[in-house]
Amino acid sequence: MEEQHYYQPEIETASREKIVEIQNEKIKKQVKHVYENVEYYRKLMDEKGVKPEDIQTIDDIKKLPFLTKADLREAYPYGLLGTDLKNCVRIQSTSGTTGKRVVAFYTQADIELWEECCARAIVAAGGTKDDVCQVCYGYGLFTGGPGLNGGSHKVGCLTLPMSSGNTERQIQFMMDLKSTILCCTPSYAAYIGESLADAGYKPEDNHLKAGIFGAEPWTEEMRRNIEKSLGIKAYDIYGLTETSGPGVSFECSEQTGMHINEDHFYAEIIDPDTGEVLPEGSKGELVFTSLDKEAFPLLRYRTRDICVLTRKKCSCGRTHVKMCKPMGRSDDMLIVRGVNVFPSQIETVLLNEGYTPNYQIIVDRANNTDTIDINVELSPEQFSDKVSETQAKEKALEGAMRTMLGIGPKVHLVPPKSVVRSEGKAVRVIDKRKLHD
Amino acid sequence: MGINMAIKQLSVFVENKPGTLLEIVKSLADAEINIRAMSIADTKDFGILRLIVSDTEKAKNILSEDCVVTVTDVIAAEMSDKAGALSAVLTAFGKSNINIEYMYAFTASTELGAYVVLRVDDNAAAEKVLKDNGIATLDNAAI
Repeated sequence: MEEQHYYQPEIETASREKIVEIQNEKIKKQVKHVYENVEYYRKLMDEKGVKPEDIQTIDDIKKLPFLTKADLREAYPYGLLGTDLKNCVRIQSTSGTTGKRVVAFYTQADIELWEECCARAIVAAGGTKDDVCQVCYGYGLFTGGPGLNGGSHKVGCLTLPMSSGNTERQIQFMMDLKSTILCCTPSYAAYIGESLADAGYKPEDNHLKAGIFGAEPWTEEMRRNIEKSLGIKAYDIYGLTETSGPGVSFECSEQTGMHINEDHFYAEIIDPDTGEVLPEGSKGELVFTSLDKEAFPLLRYRTRDICVLTRKKCSCGRTHVKMCKPMGRSDDMLIVRGVNVFPSQIETVLLNEGYTPNYQIIVDRANNTDTIDINVELSPEQFSDKVSETQAKEKALEGAMRTMLGIGPKVHLVPPKSVVRSEGKAVRVIDKRKLHD
Repeated sequence: MGINMAIKQLSVFVENKPGTLLEIVKSLADAEINIRAMSIADTKDFGILRLIVSDTEKAKNILSEDCVVTVTDVIAAEMSDKAGALSAVLTAFGKSNINIEYMYAFTASTELGAYVVLRVDDNAAAEKVLKDNGIATLDNAAI
């Protein structure tokens, strides 16, 4: 067995009893904190007839009401805030749905625990203070860049805060400063691999040893390709802005699932239709409770990710529960190039721009990068006999879509009634990516 | 505004795939509508079919059932059968700063001769220029 390193060994390899003890203690405090400070959730608890005293152990969590994305939208921006704004030091935000974004707040303690989780992920991928960690997730509102950046600092790596894009510069810094760990979306990692080959580099020419890739679905086949093209071991990482960001769970050397940092985030698998908690090993919707976050303390947040949890002993020595790669979504959200895309956002843009809401989204993957094409049915009012004007309409729609979605789709105007309909209902999304090989 | 000189052109949005054009042409044939002139502007995704037909209103009603159709005023300028005829028209337009969006040629009939259909940014100005230069145009009645 290869030598294992942990960022916080006492907690990462704690006994099951110790973890439950921590969870029992934290959930009691957290439910009290939320009930006293978050009016929105207090009302949900009151409606359900649950009082903070009813939650004595972590098992009692199933008595609590769920939170969904709809709650987050309704409570926007401050409705779920668990502390005074003066105690908050940061916000992060998701890509937004139907014009309303989810904004998550952080106290300094929240930032610390999030960065610690990311540090655990980096150490699990072999990171030490001798490493050069190149972070090319986007920086800014997106949690990818700030999360891994903070984790890298905590581990003591030399951090390259590259953000995404400008591949030529990424490669120059990677080669000149001898990056050893690469953090980005898997599709961007694949693209960097191809770009390195195009520039005449062989996999052994770079100094990379590991990559930490997440924020979008990827396959085992993609993992193998990235590992081969970059000459590294590729690790998966999972997270969501609602709970903190990347680092909610991460892969270890065994690469058979991601350890959830369950001293901070309690995971449940529920039946998406009934809300009933399912036993270990069942496939269902993943639900997270933040056990000790102060500013944005979500209890029983439904992720919509379909997943399986396992407590099978892991060869890495970590004792925390493992989750599989999400196997799908219990709603219609698409993840394209790491960005959440909802068909409803596209519909909003079309209506705003004077089109009928007749459209079709085609998601595919070309050269390891997600592509998104939107076929939009043309209405007579939008049609001009001039090619340039019709093409300008396509460009204008692409611009409006980019603003709404955060990624740039290709828009194709199509004749009315040409969007494929099955049994009278329009087929809105065609996802051609083969994700579960 | 020179309505008398302009003729009506149908523009039809068509998908760039086999069979689309045939369907349109067939439905016009079934309604006994004669296509006097046509051109297609194409891009990677779509094409715009431009038609001058014997009965514009009827054709528009028929095609609107399945297609996006718009009616545009264009000018059909007569071309005498000799070198430099088109050049004379374009020179006159250029001098008057009239921009041509697109154009295509057609023969109205053996008796009427050759014409160029012009889609310009200013129909009234274009008509005046043609008239001043003694170039005949077709009207809808002749079509």
